[in-house]
Amino acid sequence: MIALLVRDLRLAFRAGGGFGLGLAFFLIVTVMVPFSVGPNSDTLSLIAPGILWLGALLACLLSLDRLLALDWEDGSLDLLATAPLPLEGVLSIKALAHWLTTGLPLVLAAPVLGVLLNLPAGGYLWITLSLLIGTPALSVVGTFGAALTVGLKRGGLLLSLLVMPLYVPTLIFGAEVARRGASGMSVETPLLMLAGITLGTIALLPFASAAVLRVNLR
Amino acid sequence: MSIWEYANPKKFLRTSERVLPALWVAAGACIVGGLIWGFFFTPDDYRQGSTVKIIYLHVPAALMAINAWFMMLVASLIWVIRRHHVSALAAKAAAPVGVVMTLIALITGAIWGQPMWGTWWAWDPRLTSFLVLFLFYLGYIALWEAIDNPDTAADLTSILCLVGSVFAVLSRYAVNFWNQGLHQGASLSLDKEENVADVFAFPLYACMAGFGLLFVALVLYRTGTEIRARRMSALIARERMMDA
Repeated sequence: MIALLVRDLRLAFRAGGGFGLGLAFFLIVTVMVPFSVGPNSDTLSLIAPGILWLGALLACLLSLDRLLALDWEDGSLDLLATAPLPLEGVLSIKALAHWLTTGLPLVLAAPVLGVLLNLPAGGYLWITLSLLIGTPALSVVGTFGAALTVGLKRGGLLLSLLVMPLYVPTLIFGAEVARRGASGMSVETPLLMLAGITLGTIALLPFASAAVLRVNLR
Repeated sequence: MSIWEYANPKKFLRTSERVLPALWVAAGACIVGGLIWGFFFTPDDYRQGSTVKIIYLHVPAALMAINAWFMMLVASLIWVIRRHHVSALAAKAAAPVGVVMTLIALITGAIWGQPMWGTWWAWDPRLTSFLVLFLFYLGYIALWEAIDNPDTAADLTSILCLVGSVFAVLSRYAVNFWNQGLHQGASLSLDKEENVADVFAFPLYACMAGFGLLFVALVLYRTGTEIRARRMSALIARERMMDA
């Protein structure tokens, strides 16, 4: 399992792996927002938590089609499926690698981009914390979507259509934590709900992803 | 005599063909009767005026939109567990009906909301979760359309339906938490003291029964079409084999 994780990370960091693309996308979305809603700093600080969450979600979404497609094309997915490691484990590791290369950089970048959007001072801790807790769920759910569409030739748009509704609960609770934190309210309930969703998806969804991938590899 | 006999497509087609005419007539009678009763023979509500009458379309459509997804969930489970092809095709056949019901509920709701709440749309929990349900339907149908191999498509869509159901319920409660509602509570329930008045309730029951029957009839009819389409593609494939 560790060997697989190291392999995936190495592939992502080297040329053509697309590491940093998600981060760059996150940056550009954040920069485009003031252009579209105007530079008024009160408006910006009001919508900053939501924009940061949405930007992170979209950046995560865009990197999903690479998650399994490359391994599918060169046949290493078939090898992994026949390996002694259970497919559920393979997909959990894949999701972890995706989170380490996409989710974690987004979490670290969010406070910096928060400055650009005039995020209120109390919000920095909560936006980082909510993304840190919420983005693993995005990676795990995304792995399910990637496994669903891996065999399709033009799966990219379909992948977004399938995964977006599944992101709704995470987005609601995650953005709620950031929003309440930024305006100084208590964040306990949504934070616990967000953590619950993340843990639940990590525990259960790899089984569904593996079932779906087995069908696709048949 | 068990329900699993209808897993045989031939048996399913024969029985559904025998039942369908009666179902069409009953559904038509209930809907037409209920709507005429509701539109012309009930008084206007003292606060809402005549706009209250949109309830006869709005509530049954919303009811069937949710139940269609539930039926797809059950059919998907049967496919995953017992591998009956008719079940997978029934789930496929129900999805477009469900999506139309969801759209009817959303649109009639908007038309009703305009005079009552002064807005076509509000990010109310019920409205939002219906919109999310609509997105789930779209994804489900799009996945069916995207995959060529029918068995693969049935497997993938049924797992999507199972996972989607869990997330749909999660979204429903998440949305509740996220915003307080403008939408009224349930107008009909078995356990509450105060329900909608009987004058309005009886035509509403007729319409609900009619929409339910219509849904069953449409699903049976569309499942029959799917079975025939499947047979036809098998025949065409066999023809090609013979030629080759």
